[in-house]
Amino acid sequence: MASTAPASSAPGHFLGGVHPPAHKALAAAFPIQALPHPKQLVVPIQQHIGAPATPCVEARAALSAGQRIAEAKGFISAHVHAPLAGTAQKPANVTIASGRHLPAIPITVAADNPGGEQSFQATLGGHWDLGAIAGLEPSAIAPQVAEAGVAGMGGAAFPTHVKLSAQEKAPIDTVLVNGCECEPYLTADDRVMIEAPQAVLAGALIAARALAAGRVVIAIEQDKTRAMASLKEAIAQAGQALPGVSVEIIGLTPHYPMGGERQTIRAALGRIIPEGGLPSAVGTMVINVGSCTAVAAAVLRGLPMTHRVVTVTGRGIAQPANLWVPIGTPIEHLIAHCGGLTPQAQRVISGGPMMGFALGNLSAPVTKGTSGITVLTDADLGDAPRTACIRCGRCGEVCPMRLVPSRLALASRHENWDLARSHHILHCMECGCCSYVCPASIPLVQWIRVGKACLPRD
Amino acid sequence: MSADISLSCDGLSVGPSPHVHDQSLSTQAVMLYVLIALSPVITAAIWFFGAMAVSQLLLITATCMLCERLFTWMRGQPCPLSDGSAAVTGIILALSLPATTPVPVAIVASLTAIGLGKAVFGGLGMNLFNPAMVGRAFVTISFAAALGGTGYVDPQGVEIITQATPLSMSGAQLESYPSLLHLFVGEHNGSLGEVSVLAALVGGLFLCLKGVAAWEIPVTLLAAMALLTVIGQLLGAAIDPDMTVLALHLRIDQALCSGALVFGAFFIATDPVTSPISRRGRVVFALGLALLIWIIRTFSNYPEGFMFAILLMNSVVPLINRYTIPLPVGAQPQTKKEAAS
Ligand code: SF4
Ligand code: SF4
Repeated sequence: MASTAPASSAPGHFLGGVHPPAHKALAAAFPIQALPHPKQLVVPIQQHIGAPATPCVEARAALSAGQRIAEAKGFISAHVHAPLAGTAQKPANVTIASGRHLPAIPITVAADNPGGEQSFQATLGGHWDLGAIAGLEPSAIAPQVAEAGVAGMGGAAFPTHVKLSAQEKAPIDTVLVNGCECEPYLTADDRVMIEAPQAVLAGALIAARALAAGRVVIAIEQDKTRAMASLKEAIAQAGQALPGVSVEIIGLTPHYPMGGERQTIRAALGRIIPEGGLPSAVGTMVINVGSCTAVAAAVLRGLPMTHRVVTVTGRGIAQPANLWVPIGTPIEHLIAHCGGLTPQAQRVISGGPMMGFALGNLSAPVTKGTSGITVLTDADLGDAPRTACIRCGRCGEVCPMRLVPSRLALASRHENWDLARSHHILHCMECGCCSYVCPASIPLVQWIRVGKACLPRD
Repeated sequence: MSADISLSCDGLSVGPSPHVHDQSLSTQAVMLYVLIALSPVITAAIWFFGAMAVSQLLLITATCMLCERLFTWMRGQPCPLSDGSAAVTGIILALSLPATTPVPVAIVASLTAIGLGKAVFGGLGMNLFNPAMVGRAFVTISFAAALGGTGYVDPQGVEIITQATPLSMSGAQLESYPSLLHLFVGEHNGSLGEVSVLAALVGGLFLCLKGVAAWEIPVTLLAAMALLTVIGQLLGAAIDPDMTVLALHLRIDQALCSGALVFGAFFIATDPVTSPISRRGRVVFALGLALLIWIIRTFSNYPEGFMFAILLMNSVVPLINRYTIPLPVGAQPQTKKEAAS
């Protein structure tokens, strides 16, 4: 097997989806830049899907950078580490971007921390010894990743070590590296691929090693030519770093929500996950490019996950940027560093405009899943008049899950749970395509979310 | 509970995602596209029927909009005239009536279209039946003399309405059936909008290209109609050698270009409110429609079956929707029992 298979030219598709204006150019050209340290971090003890971690440091304890401050509780959970040296404060409640109130450990940052540039170089930069991956003990990889508290950086923040633990019942043959950053505006993953392709590749190969997968597929939207070129070069340089594992790049059509794992898997591999199933049901493990670098740093450099790349962008921000940010940094600190909000700024979103959360309070901290801060203006938000549903069927046409959103929204509004179930409400991935296109401006996914939350479980 | 929140918080606006919206298409724009698509048909109607068409279009559209205003006011709703749907209903209703329609009849038709066809169901998007067809059917039955085959003929009017409408001829008159060119361009008697197949095609294709009308419906309907005409010919040769039933002896092109078929296929059957949601459902709907039109043309006293066929099919749309819930990606087909529950 050649490890440098050429990028497949066959464009991958999935059904449905939309093309919102991408606005990537606002931030795409800016190299990742280290954010000056804030005076205070607020590090939530649950930044991942699963059980919250348990704080394991006393108030007023002196913390070193990378020290564990909260212990994972159970298998599906993740440790939390101090991103910078400083002093722990008494745990306090904080509202994170999603609106959840969580206990968090505030840290007063010490003055003598080395600059962010250094941690960036230590984590993503330098030379990566890809040859060492072949010598790793596969079963030791997941515990090392767990030790570092890695959680998915694509948004959902699922603890990565869980996905790296080989399951006998569901063997994995393909590691699919998700480089599709389909949310408009965001460029963090794009920058990571351009600036740290070796780290991405290393993480992917480590995942393949852990799961004994024979194939690594890196899926990138075709318009990200720079990211593609830099990864291609990294693959060529690596040669056959991990014997028995092929690495290829697949270019996919730029299309929202291409980065949804069901869509990426379908478009890149032609595999369809059964309803209610996980990617492992089709022998696939999906990992975001940022998470790949975190895995590589954890396994090859023994570094915990304490920082991440965050895009600050939108027409409502003075100077868009891609920043290297310690986890727990208040979002207002990022915004101030980027020159503040413009007078037109209207809505500040954690994440992108399609699935991100609007912030009511800019002191919310950056977490492991925060991929960007998008500031929209009045003009971006628009105000289309609401009318009755004209049953044009557009919502169903764009639904990547092939649902009937108008029905689901109706069922949710009338609490008609039989109708909701017969139309597969739980299958909705909440991508928002339906609301995006509805000519009547009906809040479809918004209703569906309510319905999913209120649906009686049986 | 409400999913519709957009608030202000510390000077920042907040609300649930998605935070952006496709600005290219609004309900108003959809109706505007329909109006643009109708303009060739309107032009043809005015070309062939002159002032009679103009006054009828103005009268009925104005009455429909007035009724919309009245009924929404009665129900204490904001008046959504600006969404344009009442105007669309009015124009389609006017185009589906003959030029000879007496003024009182036209007013009654408008009143029933908006009142019985739309308002009683709860307004835009809630109606089961195509409002224009409800109005049309009501007056067809109530004023049979004015709107039957002979009602179309007015010896004193413009030349075109001095002849019988093609489909009301008997089989024996097949010889004098208008030529294909006349049928296609519109030089024969009929309702305002149905005479020119050409105009309906131009407007209809625009609607389909704009994605406003579901192309599956006209395509399936016209194809099925062609097939049924062939079957009809075979049947006609066998059981109707005396040529008493016109519909059993028409050629395919004559059958397709006669009556309201093409106009209705593009402008009435595709009404999204009263047609099925899923692609599969739309095909079933169009097939049923074709069958009913053919049966009515062949076996009833009404020369043209479109209006009744569409109303009958409208009534089974909820049933079609129930049996054609699209399968989500990755889902296993349900058993019949589950799907029906
Ligand atoms: S897109 Fe909006 S108007 Fe069209 S069918 Fe769906 S809910 Fe109704
Ligand atoms: S119904 Fe759910 S999955 Fe389908 S478009 Fe709407 S949000 Fe996306």
